[in-house]
This record gives sequence, C-alpha cells and structure tokens, in this order.
Amino acid sequence: MQASKWFDICDKSILSPNTGVCALVDGKQIAVFWESKNDQLYAISNYCPFSKTHSLSRGLIGDSKGELLVASPLYKQRFSLQTGQCLDDQAISVPVYPVRETKGRIEISLD
Amino acid sequence: MQRIIVVGNGMVGHRFIDEALTQSGSFQLTTFSEEPRLAYDRVQLSSYFSGATVDDLMMTSESYYDEKGVEYFINDRVASIDRSAKTITTTQGRTESYDKLVLATGSTPFVPPIPRPDDEAAKQHILVYRTIEDLEAMKASAKQSKVGVVIGGGLLGLEAAKALKDLGLQTHVVEFAPRLMAVQIDQSGGDILRSKIEELGVHVHTDKNTQAIEPGEDTRYLMKFADGSVLETDMILFSAGIRPQDQLARDCELAIGPRGGIAINDQCQTSDPDIYAVGECALWDGKIFGLVAPGYSMAKVASAHLSGDAAASFQGADMSTKLKLMGVDVASIGDAHAQTEGALSYSLCDEAKQVYKKVVTNAAGDKLLGAILVGDASDYGAWLQLYLNDMTLPVAPEYLLVPSTEEGAASAGMGVEALPDTAQICSCYDVTKGQIAQAVKDGATTMADIKSCTGAATGCGGCSALANQVLNSELEKLGVEVSSAICEHFDYSRQELADIVKVKQIRSFEQLLEECGSGHGCEICKPAVGSILASFWNDYVLEDEHIGLQDTNDIFLGNMQKDGTYSVVPRIAGGEITPDMLMVIAEVAKEFDLYTKITGGQRIDLFGAQLHELPLIWQKLCDAGFETGHAYGKSVRTVKSCVGSTWCRYGVQDSVGMAILLENRYKGLRSPHKLKFAVSGCTRECAEAQSKDIGVIATDAGWALYVCGNGGMRPRHADLFASDLDDVTLMRYIDRILMFYVRTADRLQRTSVWMENLEGGLDYLKQVVIDDSLNLCDELEADMSRVVENYQCEWKTTLSDDKKLQRFRQFVNADGSDPQLQYVRERGQRRPATEDERRIDIVEVR
Repeated sequence: MQASKWFDICDKSILSPNTGVCALVDGKQIAVFWESKNDQLYAISNYCPFSKTHSLSRGLIGDSKGELLVASPLYKQRFSLQTGQCLDDQAISVPVYPVRETKGRIEISLD
Repeated sequence: MQRIIVVGNGMVGHRFIDEALTQSGSFQLTTFSEEPRLAYDRVQLSSYFSGATVDDLMMTSESYYDEKGVEYFINDRVASIDRSAKTITTTQGRTESYDKLVLATGSTPFVPPIPRPDDEAAKQHILVYRTIEDLEAMKASAKQSKVGVVIGGGLLGLEAAKALKDLGLQTHVVEFAPRLMAVQIDQSGGDILRSKIEELGVHVHTDKNTQAIEPGEDTRYLMKFADGSVLETDMILFSAGIRPQDQLARDCELAIGPRGGIAINDQCQTSDPDIYAVGECALWDGKIFGLVAPGYSMAKVASAHLSGDAAASFQGADMSTKLKLMGVDVASIGDAHAQTEGALSYSLCDEAKQVYKKVVTNAAGDKLLGAILVGDASDYGAWLQLYLNDMTLPVAPEYLLVPSTEEGAASAGMGVEALPDTAQICSCYDVTKGQIAQAVKDGATTMADIKSCTGAATGCGGCSALANQVLNSELEKLGVEVSSAICEHFDYSRQELADIVKVKQIRSFEQLLEECGSGHGCEICKPAVGSILASFWNDYVLEDEHIGLQDTNDIFLGNMQKDGTYSVVPRIAGGEITPDMLMVIAEVAKEFDLYTKITGGQRIDLFGAQLHELPLIWQKLCDAGFETGHAYGKSVRTVKSCVGSTWCRYGVQDSVGMAILLENRYKGLRSPHKLKFAVSGCTRECAEAQSKDIGVIATDAGWALYVCGNGGMRPRHADLFASDLDDVTLMRYIDRILMFYVRTADRLQRTSVWMENLEGGLDYLKQVVIDDSLNLCDELEADMSRVVENYQCEWKTTLSDDKKLQRFRQFVNADGSDPQLQYVRERGQRRPATEDERRIDIVEVR
C-alpha cells in the first residue's frame, strides 16, 4: 500500500488554543482545530452544509458528553471533530481528514 | 424461505425492501431496476441543480444490499410476467421464479399528444423531468439554450421551473388551467403564488392550451396556443402530470382501473393474491397517490401482510402537503376547495404582504375540513393537527386567519396539551405525540434525545418546533424540574457563575472549569463565561486564554453575515459625526466595495468584508480616529440622541453631549445581552428613549432615567426609575443598575426580561440602587470604574499584534479569498447572490 501523502500546512506556533483555522489543501477548504488541554489536532471539512458556507473553522469548540465538537458559527449545529457526524441531525456529516504535527509543523493528508 | 421479487427500485420499492428486512419472516429478496442505479430521492431532484450530487440523492447502496443479502439487478427491466409458472423474464433475458411478486414500477411523466418535431434535436431539447438521466439531459440542453419552457404548472412543474432557473435559462411556465397548482389551491391563492413566482423572474402563462410545437426562427422552437398566442423557446420540459406505469400488469391481465393503475385491495394485493402493487403504479379505491408518503404506507402494509400479519391494512392517506416552491411557502390541507356539502370558507388575502390564507369548516363552523396557505405557511402544523384529529376549533374560524392581538393567545388555545396521543407530529417518520411522550417517560430530556430515539424532526425538520413543544409539555407533566444549570459542564446558573468568578477572583475559563466544572465546555457555557470574565476584568478578549470562548462575532471582532463575510461598524458616539469622518467611512466603503447602510442606532454598517480585509479596513478607520463600535459584542452598542437644546427650539438639555458622555463611559461593557441607550433633549422624546435598556429624557430640572425598555421582538416600555437627576447622580445610578444586571441576569437575557423576573421588580431595583438596601453600591461602582479604566479599542490592540493579525486570513497556508463568495449588484451596491442567482453551486468537493 502506498504511504499517505502529507501536505505541510503551517507552523503550529501560529495557532491559538482551542480555536480553528482554515487550510487550503489541493483546492479543498479544511478546518484544523487545536484542542490545547490534551494537545490534540483535528481536521474536518470547512464546509457547513446548513449555511452552505465555508465557515466551520471559525466555530467554537467544546464537548458534549465527552465528544469533542465544533458548533457552526452561523446557525450553531454541532459536528463531532472525530467523525464529522452532525450531533443535531443524524443524516448529516462532513468529511474528516488525518492531521498530525511533525517537528512543530501541521500536516494534513487527504486520504 | 419465500422468494420475493420487487419489480422497480424507486423510493417505494426500496422502502418495501427495508420494511421486509425488519420483518420476522425469512425472505429471499431480489429487485430489478431499469435505471442504471439503485433507489434515489426523487422528491429532492431539483436540489441536483443547487448543489446536491447523485451521491447525496442516493437512498441506498450496493454495499448495503450486499450486506443484507438482497439480490439486485440494475439496467435490467422486467419485461414480462408468467403468472401460471410464477416467473418473470427481463429485457436482458433473465428468468427468475417467485413466490410473491411486488410491483413498484412507479409512474411515467404524462406527455400530452401535441404535434411536435420528432428528430434527433427534439430528443435532446424536448424533455421530461423524472430521473437523474432526465436531469443530465436538461443540463446538456441548457448549455445550448437561452429560453426554457415548462409545460405544466403543478407541483412538479414548478420544481422543474426552479431547475431551469438554476440552470440560468429565461424560464416560462405554461399551464392549461386558469391558475398554478390547480389541484391544491384556489384562484386567489394561485394569484398570490403567481405574483411571487413572477417576482423571481419566472414568466407564468395560465389558460394556455398548447396546440403545436414547431421549429422557431430566433429560437429553436415556437409554441402555438389555442388562443392564437405564441411563445418562443429553445427547450421544452413536460411536467403535465403522471401516469401509472402499469403495462406489465396489463400484459399479464391483472385488473386495471378504467383510467389506468393496478387495482389493489386494502392489503395491497392485486387481482392475483400472490402479486402486490405499491406506490404510484397502484390504484386503491379508485385513487392514485402521487406523493411518496402514501407509497411508504403501502410498502409497510404489503411487507407486513406478506409476513403473515393479516390485520395489516392500507386505509388511504392524507394528501395534505406543505412545500417551498422557489422560496414561496405553499400548503394545502384536506378539502381545500370546500367540496364537502355545507362546507363554509373563510379567507384572508393580504396583498401587501403577499399572503393568502383560507380555512374550510363544517356547516357548524367548529371543525376544520381543509385549508390553503400561500406566502406564509407557519400555521400549517397547527391547522393540520386540527384537521387530522378532528378537533373542535379553539377559536371562531375567522380568528384562525388573523394573528391575535393578544400575542400567542391563539396558539395557546391550541396548545399541544390539547392534542390526542394519536396525533401525528412528524409525518416523515410517522411519529405520534404518544411516542414522544413515551420517549420522555423513558428518560429523554432534550430534542437531541427525541430525535435519536423516535426519529421525529430528522426528516424535513418542519415539525421540530411542534415536537419541542410536546417535549416540554411532557417534561412538565412529569414534574421534571428544569435545571437552572447553564449546561452539562457546570451545575450552576449564570448568576451563580458570575458570583463565583467575582468572589474567587477567577480570571480564566480554565480556572473556573477546574474550580467548579467538568469537560471541555461548549458553545453555551464558553461565551457566557467569556462575557462574565470580560464584564468584571475587561481583559483583551482575543488573549490566548480567552480567544476560544468568543462566539462567532467576537472572535473576529465583526458581525458575521449569512455568507460568512463580516460587517464593520465604527463607533459614532451619540450619532454625531463630522463631514471629514463621514468621508473616511465613504472612502473605505468605496475602496473595499462594502454594502453601506445606516443602522437604527445612528451609525453606519459596512457589509461584505472578508477576513483578510478586516485589518486593512480597520487600519484605515483607526488611523482616521475611529474606534470599534462593539456591534459584534453582547455589550453596550449605541447611545442614540436627538439634537437637543443646541439646535432644537424645544430642547431643554444638551442631549447630544450627554449621549456622547454616556457612550464613551460605557462603550465596550460586556453584558449578558446587548444594551442600547438613548437620550432625548425634551419630553417630545425624539430619540425614543423609552424603548431602550437605558433611556434618559431631559427635564427642566435635569434628567429623567428610564430603565429596562426594549424594542425588537417583544417591545416593552421602559419604567421611570428616577427624575430630575443631575449628571453625576444619573451616571452613578446607571453604573449601579448595569453592574447589578451584569451580575444577576441570565445568559442572553435582555434587561426587560430580567426586570420582569426580578422578585420585587422596579421597587426592588430602586431599593438596591437608590437606597443601597444590599449594601452593594460601592462594589458595583468600583466594578464599573474598573471596566471604564480598562477600556481598550479591541481593534487598535489587534492591529498592533502581529500574531493576532495572522488569524485574519481565509486560509492559514495561502493568501486570497473564499472562492465560493458571489455577489450581484442591486441599487448601486453589492449583495450576496441568492441560491437561485448563483451560477456556480456551492459544493463540497470530496
């Protein structure tokens, strides 16, 4: 099997704790979040299917019963950061992407 | 094991399979589809042109059928049935035997026999609207066309017209009847619908009997009508109704209705008991049901009957319907045309608001038999319940039409308590009030619980408000105390959290979470705590320990609009501005092409700024001496004023001067909700101070202070708090009132509601603020002076911080703007393109 291709995004030091940024990877808009308490990174699509805008990276993150989530900044629907599943509408989910930190740099894969 | 063959894999055929899979009987299921793919959502077809992909429309998948052991053949049509041998033969030459056969062949579009060209071009440009292949043909034709006509102004025809509009064609709808949607609505409703649709740029032609389609001169075709008129077009779409696809049944001599349709009994069996028919191909009691919900009911009945449930029975279906056609709400309930003997009609036609409502009642006027709603269908849910449950009307019929002057009185009359347990709340998943009540008894306490255990409100979502009301009323019935805890992360109310922050001198969310909370926090508690921290300590809200608490607007110090861009509002204290400063705003607006509008708070809102433009815009504004207007915060917004004694011949005090003084004192104060002020220079009250949280009105002897007024959704007149105050006392009282509000109000509670919930009300507030009954006033004033001392223009701070500025980019790893944004110009300015106007669909690229 071919090894995953990782795209270099940015230096981790420019992230603010418990917020998101949007990365443009191969034409896709991907929201990257840094949860600082456990120092975890998450990447999901930046596209909010409810408002039809690329905005999820600008949402507020938190948890519901332990499940980490981002709330859409426009109409507040919540999406799991781990699975992309919308917590307020079972029929809706957004893609999630592998993300990692390598030597202080954030990297995303589209696999 | 019974071998069941399902002929047709449309929505209803697939639903039958899903139902059969849940039955206890053991079946071997096989299905054939003549289309190149398995079942997809035909109801949502038009969304294909506004962004949905084929994958989005799919209702099942090959892997799902594989997993469930369902055998399937696509691109293969069942061509004949041999009833004596109990076999079917397909166009690809397969012969399969069955124990039971289920016909779910659906319908075909009706194409009226109009003389028309029959060449290769006609195959490409004279089309129907039913399958995904039809949509692809429409797309291909649209590329070579400028004008498109839909023949048929019914529900599907209007859907198709929307599709043509989305494809960028000049769109016409041609209807034989004198109005649109002739089956569902009457002439008056049709008139309103027509004018609304025409407003959207679709041309509507009613009373048109198409006689011939001929080659055109400037366009591909010329349509000729019976009245002598003509219409030029490049493509034509037939959507003039459906016909049951019953040929297979005819060929094997099953009973067929006089006008088509495979006759079925209450168990959905045809004249051959081993053959069932469901959906639009089936004829029950002389009726074809052209909606998907009755088809689903038939699928359920057929599968239950096949598994041995002799009692399963189809009893017809309610054809009431509510839909949004090109953004226009249209709904029809029951006997909309008042055909029942003795039926009475009541109607309301509001041409100004473009709303039409009609109710049909029995002769006694106490039961609802039918209704029509056009332009505003918000009454649909309540009225449908009245109709379906045969309930006695809570008010006289005419009052159903007119919103009651007593706010909410009418809806209270039809409270959910009045509904029987059998009342259907969610029609998509057939969830009754009783099922929701049971879920609550079983422990559901939130809408999320209700959705996951009953499925209610997870389809079209139209019932969510009603479902929520049922949830709350059931919770109340069980005596469940609604917890005052702000959310799952803190067992405290906002007021308690504010006290904890204050008493324990807590400076960050992390600290508070460690002190008295759990988990990570959420979109409820984080902004609330962020606001409390800002109210007391007034730190820079974008500091690392605070930034994650800031809601949508605060985090980028701008007001996010529907398309994800921001609006910018510089502070214009008291509404006073020099021509030079106005020019600065004008120049900035012009340079960044910002939509410009005067606000109700006497300042100027500039719309359409993208993230990366915000710092550039604010740099120019700050350089010229502007400060942030905090329009994005739950904080003090504006102090509106009239021109006062300086110019006005009636003014008795300098209201502008006082407004500027107050605005500069309280600007930036974060609070449980937004705060609006006004100062009027005399009793004529031109600044409308009595509708504000803090209203000040000049008197001969000083100032009168009014508190806790509100405009907006629920207006409230402010209460007179004290009169004839001098400047210093006025401000001292305002300091105390605001800080007391900040400490004791609930999250997102305006001062008006806060006052109404304050035990003892206005008198109590006077005791606290004027008589210092709680011995708290020194503290309240000290808190306020700390906020005033720590004021900073958040934009100025941000502009001087390179790391913070890095956040103001659309992409962290690339320059540039969001390519999905699209604008059109209107009245000389730009505004976001509507979904209909967008030329490139917003789609997530997977």
